[in-house]
Amino acid sequence: MSWLVSPRRLRELGVLGMNERNIHYIAGFNERRLFPLVDDKLKTKEIALASGLAVPTLIGVVRYQHQINEIAEVLHNQAAFCIKPAKGSGGKGILVIHDHDDELYYKPNDQGLTLGDVKRHLSNILAGLYSLGGQPDKAIIEQLIHFDDHFSGYSFEGVPDIRIIVFKGYPVMAMMRLSTAASDGKANLHQGAVGVGIDLRSGRASHAVQYDRVVHKHPDTGLPLSEVSIPEWDKLMVMAARCYEMSDLGYIGVDIVLDAHRGPMLLELNARPGLAIQIANGRGLAERLVQVKTFAERARMPDERVALVQQSFY
Amino acid sequence: MQQKVPFYILLLLLVGIGLGSAIHRHIDLEVPWTPGETREVWSVEARLEFTARDKPVIALLAIPETQPGFTLLEQGTASPGYGLSYLTEEDVPAVRWSTQKATGKQVLYYRAQFLLDTRTDKVWPGPPEIEPAPILPELENVAAGRLLDEVRADSANQITLVAQILNTIKANDQKVSLLKQGRDDVELAIMLTQLAGVAARPVTAVNLRHNRRNQDGIPYLMVYEEDQVAFFNLQTGKEGKPARLLLWEMNGQPLIDLEGGRNTRISFSMARVIVPVQQAIEEKYRDLSPIRISLHSLPQEEQQLFRGLLLIPVGVMVVMIVRVLVGLRTSGTFMPVLIALALMQTALGAGLAGFVVVIFAGLVVRSYLSRLNLLLVARISAVIIVVILLTATFSVIAYNLRLVEGLNIMFFPMIIIAWTIERLSLLWEEEGAKEVLQQGGGSLMVALLAYVVMSNIYVQHLTFNFPGLQLVLLAFVLMLGSYTGYRLIELVRFSPLADKENTDQLR
Repeated sequence: MSWLVSPRRLRELGVLGMNERNIHYIAGFNERRLFPLVDDKLKTKEIALASGLAVPTLIGVVRYQHQINEIAEVLHNQAAFCIKPAKGSGGKGILVIHDHDDELYYKPNDQGLTLGDVKRHLSNILAGLYSLGGQPDKAIIEQLIHFDDHFSGYSFEGVPDIRIIVFKGYPVMAMMRLSTAASDGKANLHQGAVGVGIDLRSGRASHAVQYDRVVHKHPDTGLPLSEVSIPEWDKLMVMAARCYEMSDLGYIGVDIVLDAHRGPMLLELNARPGLAIQIANGRGLAERLVQVKTFAERARMPDERVALVQQSFY
Repeated sequence: MQQKVPFYILLLLLVGIGLGSAIHRHIDLEVPWTPGETREVWSVEARLEFTARDKPVIALLAIPETQPGFTLLEQGTASPGYGLSYLTEEDVPAVRWSTQKATGKQVLYYRAQFLLDTRTDKVWPGPPEIEPAPILPELENVAAGRLLDEVRADSANQITLVAQILNTIKANDQKVSLLKQGRDDVELAIMLTQLAGVAARPVTAVNLRHNRRNQDGIPYLMVYEEDQVAFFNLQTGKEGKPARLLLWEMNGQPLIDLEGGRNTRISFSMARVIVPVQQAIEEKYRDLSPIRISLHSLPQEEQQLFRGLLLIPVGVMVVMIVRVLVGLRTSGTFMPVLIALALMQTALGAGLAGFVVVIFAGLVVRSYLSRLNLLLVARISAVIIVVILLTATFSVIAYNLRLVEGLNIMFFPMIIIAWTIERLSLLWEEEGAKEVLQQGGGSLMVALLAYVVMSNIYVQHLTFNFPGLQLVLLAFVLMLGSYTGYRLIELVRFSPLADKENTDQLR
């Protein structure tokens, strides 16, 4: 077991590196002027709704400091919700409240926050604490996703989300992120979440890692990860493919969650998707990206592209 | 990809212009590649003393010029009550003092600064026209003729001929004793060379030795043989020119031409100053075209500023290498460069200690502020104020403990420190102290690396004296910006992918 690998071996394996991703894929296929569409989750929501994609229901938007004072009334009728910075990145600044009694607001781990804590969090978001480059931001309040029982036992506290890399409209790789006790309910792989590579044809788990090493069972519940299979997989794939027409961005990470009642919903788009998906799948991205470059662009409808991908990549 | 070729041409151009300008500065302007080189500058003073006779006075003093081995940097006089003009366009360059009326002992000073310089554009003046031989009394004429016949037999060319003449004069035989009547050695030597029909130039030189006063001019004879010039000291008869021999007058004229005075006496005093080569060069090329002007022509304070500014690109490049080639992330992209700059103003140990103490104290204060439910702007402003107060306190304490470097903590960029504290404190709340230590420590490591590179005297010398090298840095940064290979940490990060058992599929 070597902890170091030669650059030549990595190249043979078709592993995409950060520099190449930045220069060839992000700078090469993502037009700068389109970035605000995905960097601002509110705008993403608008264009997603306009293209008929399902998104989590918006409860409200906090734009100004004075609106924070009225927040208790806005939240009064919402049992479970989630507060996000519109321009946040990497899951920073997301506050999930699954229950409250107007005085204490409970996080998924049943830690209670006072109304003052919630207000401070909102105020931090508006001041730009979590946004890219510290620019002033908006806070989005959304209805919480209803946990799909399908994955009970596979995720600790958080809702598992599915990340699909879409290159020029073709989904090229997918993974599911399962939060664990070690990751404190967060879905970040480097914090100990389990990354599950998903087979593009079947939507079933093909490979799984925690801390970059292969795992076969969920570390908290012991359930076999090979049993993970995503319902309505083709629908998810088409949804991801449609994000290309919607955003015009050539290289994106599409984050989708499964809601128990409403099915797959688009959570957000990422114009700078990370590379950990390669480790979760146990294979490099480069080969597939090169192959997609040979596919005709826009000549096909999203479902045709998905079909082509499912033929080509396995 | 199709713009690759113009891009590489641009890179080549940048490197070419950058290196070209550096090489130009090195070769044409003598800027050395390495720091610490020094040059000798000689300050020579001629003191002209005479007794005035209540009449108008005109005093002409021959003055030296730039010559092989010496470059004239500046000159001046001290002569209250006298009108002054420089006659540098004359055949014999001179300074002229004049006054309507003077009485008693008069002292006039002329001072010049010469750079001891192996590279001047000047060449020695050519051979003078051979003067007609003086008419001598019969007896002397015969003696001189014999003597010359003897020395001619022992010599091969003009230079060896003069050498033999001077030897013979020292040898004191009968003929020489006859000729010496009514002449001193110098006059005799000059007369004999004239009789021999040798192209020779009598000159007056000053031998430069540190802190000497009351030195006399030394008569020398320049003798020409084709391209060669030989120097003979007419007092000792020795051949050769010491490196620090300054020719004061090169036309065989007396040093002084005085009207209206008597008891003339001239003496020289001199002192050596060792100066950094940059300063010497700056003075040498001061009068030349603007392209040659460099940062050294700015006032000292601005020079210091640019010394710092021109180092920033080097620090930035270190950060780029760390990020693009190694793959480390720093908290705040170029914050390490600013910390490194601050460390350069302080002593390293004191600077680091000060930095850590300020950040730590800031984190403690910030943890209290976070309970107050303030706006972000208010919180950061509060942290800035507290950071400045802390710095002031530490400075006073450090000063009173005689750790004077403590004062320089002031150079830290306060606002950036405040933001760093804010971010680290959030990191602490969200991810725990371990992550704070990792990210903060990582940034500090990069800052130290940048500091080591930026405080290197060779790097400082090159960046300040060869601003053209900035273009090379620019080209390097552009090249790094288009590097698509793997980062060093990716070789570790993606190593599981190369591992057979790790890439096994679940089924």
